[in-house]
Amino acid sequence: MGIRFDGVTVAYDGTVVLDALDLTVAPGEVMALLGPSGSGKTTALRAVAGFVRPASGRVFLGDRDVTDLPPHRRGIGMVVQSYALFPHLRVEDNVAFGLKARRVPRAEIRTRVAEALDLTGMAAHARRHPRELSGGQQQRVAIARALAVRPDVLLLDEPLSALDARLRSGMLTELARLHRELPDVTMLYVTHDQVEALTLADRIAVMDRARLQACGTPRELYRAPADAFTASFVGGANLLPVTVDGKGARFAGTHVELDTTAAAAGARATLCVRPHLVGVGDGPNRLTGTLAEIQWRGATHRLYVDVGGHQVMADVRELREPPGLGDAVTLHFAPEDAVLLPAGVGDE
Amino acid sequence: MLVHSRRARRAVWAVFLVLFLPLFALPLLVVLAASFATHWSGVLPSGPTGAHYRAATHGEALQALTTSLVTASTASVLALAAGTWAALAAAALKRRYRRVLDALFVLPVAVPSVVVGLATLVAFSQPPFLLNGTRWIVIAAHTVLVTAFAHQSVAAAAARLDPAYAQAAASLGARPARVLWTVQLPLLLPSLTAAAGLCFALSMGELSATMMLYPPDWTPLPVLVYAATDRGALFTGSAVAVVLMTATLLVLLAVSRIRTKASYR
Repeated sequence: MGIRFDGVTVAYDGTVVLDALDLTVAPGEVMALLGPSGSGKTTALRAVAGFVRPASGRVFLGDRDVTDLPPHRRGIGMVVQSYALFPHLRVEDNVAFGLKARRVPRAEIRTRVAEALDLTGMAAHARRHPRELSGGQQQRVAIARALAVRPDVLLLDEPLSALDARLRSGMLTELARLHRELPDVTMLYVTHDQVEALTLADRIAVMDRARLQACGTPRELYRAPADAFTASFVGGANLLPVTVDGKGARFAGTHVELDTTAAAAGARATLCVRPHLVGVGDGPNRLTGTLAEIQWRGATHRLYVDVGGHQVMADVRELREPPGLGDAVTLHFAPEDAVLLPAGVGDE
Repeated sequence: MLVHSRRARRAVWAVFLVLFLPLFALPLLVVLAASFATHWSGVLPSGPTGAHYRAATHGEALQALTTSLVTASTASVLALAAGTWAALAAAALKRRYRRVLDALFVLPVAVPSVVVGLATLVAFSQPPFLLNGTRWIVIAAHTVLVTAFAHQSVAAAAARLDPAYAQAAASLGARPARVLWTVQLPLLLPSLTAAAGLCFALSMGELSATMMLYPPDWTPLPVLVYAATDRGALFTGSAVAVVLMTATLLVLLAVSRIRTKASYR
């Protein structure tokens, strides 16, 4: 069962927090809603769950218009950041909660609880109370509870944000495995973390300031972002103001070569190139500047180089003899690694 | 501990005992002593006897104890039901309306209880609500007086309750009534039992409004204590007071045991 937003607008006290969202999630697809806080991504998810009522627009689950349906009749599974496990119930009763609410026969409840706990690897903890579990374990119980009712649609609202970095990457793998085992479950995954979105999602919807900015596969958004916000939010990017000329563009007095089929000569535009695709030393599209800042990140060095008053970031393999601050540094990037975006908010 | 040095700590304890004992503990101990006495002409009561307790646990006094227990239990249950209902309903209201509701519930506490008694008497002495002369007018007045505490305690807990629990339950397919019974009320249980204990204790000791309202066949224990001391039977009054105190404490102890069993965090 898919999800469809049809011009969904949500406003609180006159402030629009979700502006005319049009988005279709195909059955069995994992769609990530990616954006900073206040971008409207959680509001979109809550509109599907039924906890916010759109001021206008409709929400569909499959062919069913659920806009006016109360939450308990929507038949969705939901996992939230705080997990919201019922503290007074044991793990097994938490998982059984949705089945009891749906009046599933008692014998079947037992088998389905066991099934859900097996799926999430929590069978050994069935008799525990939530407070006796670690954050990662609580997370698994929350997922088991949502999956026990066999929903067609699973909503995940920042499910990994409360975990530490190591657990988070483990849970990411788990979620990917769950999706392979339950290929028919449509997932809407709200996150502000681009790694989670890139890892898990079939498609990513990038949100900013209550609006949908871009939507596409992780590869599309990463390789060829359509706008500066998407470029910087998905993966991080150098966004450099350029003027399009003959067979490339001029940046800070230097000519750089790149594909300019999308822009007219003389137009102002934003050049986008990923920091890890910028190399140190001589090569095509040379840029020279002075080192403003250098960070050692273990396997890599990040250089912040001042090129004609603009900052260019480069992530390179750990340098044996890193340059000192103020040294002249030469950078380069391949023409095919650069993307030209419309001019605008990029140069910040 | 705010005070670290041993000597300072001892000094604080000494001050505490000097202030606390005469004010709080001694009068209660004296009542206890008096309840066993036949004479009190010296510093301490004399002529120990258990005869007052025979009187305090039989006949009229026993009936008054039952009356008090029934009144307090009924009033507490009614107050808790009304207060919880209002508190949960108010949680969905806008802040401005919630304040109005809060103020409404605090009113019976802000007004002297004699006035509440008088108001109840005037209001329920006419048909169609003719309760005057029945036990129900006493129970009604007690309910009005203690609902404020039930409401306040539950409202504070309901405001702290994370709405994510109710939403998780709803997303799992639970109807609102099921969410209330299986999630919200169990999570509010610690504050519900605390409120119940408070209501019960207040109702057990209520005198001023009761005095204006009680019918002859529904005499709560505090009225009996007052009547006994008023006619000079100080030692009998003391025995009845000790019975009142003990009964209340026993019930509070039982209620607090529910609370410890039901706290999850």
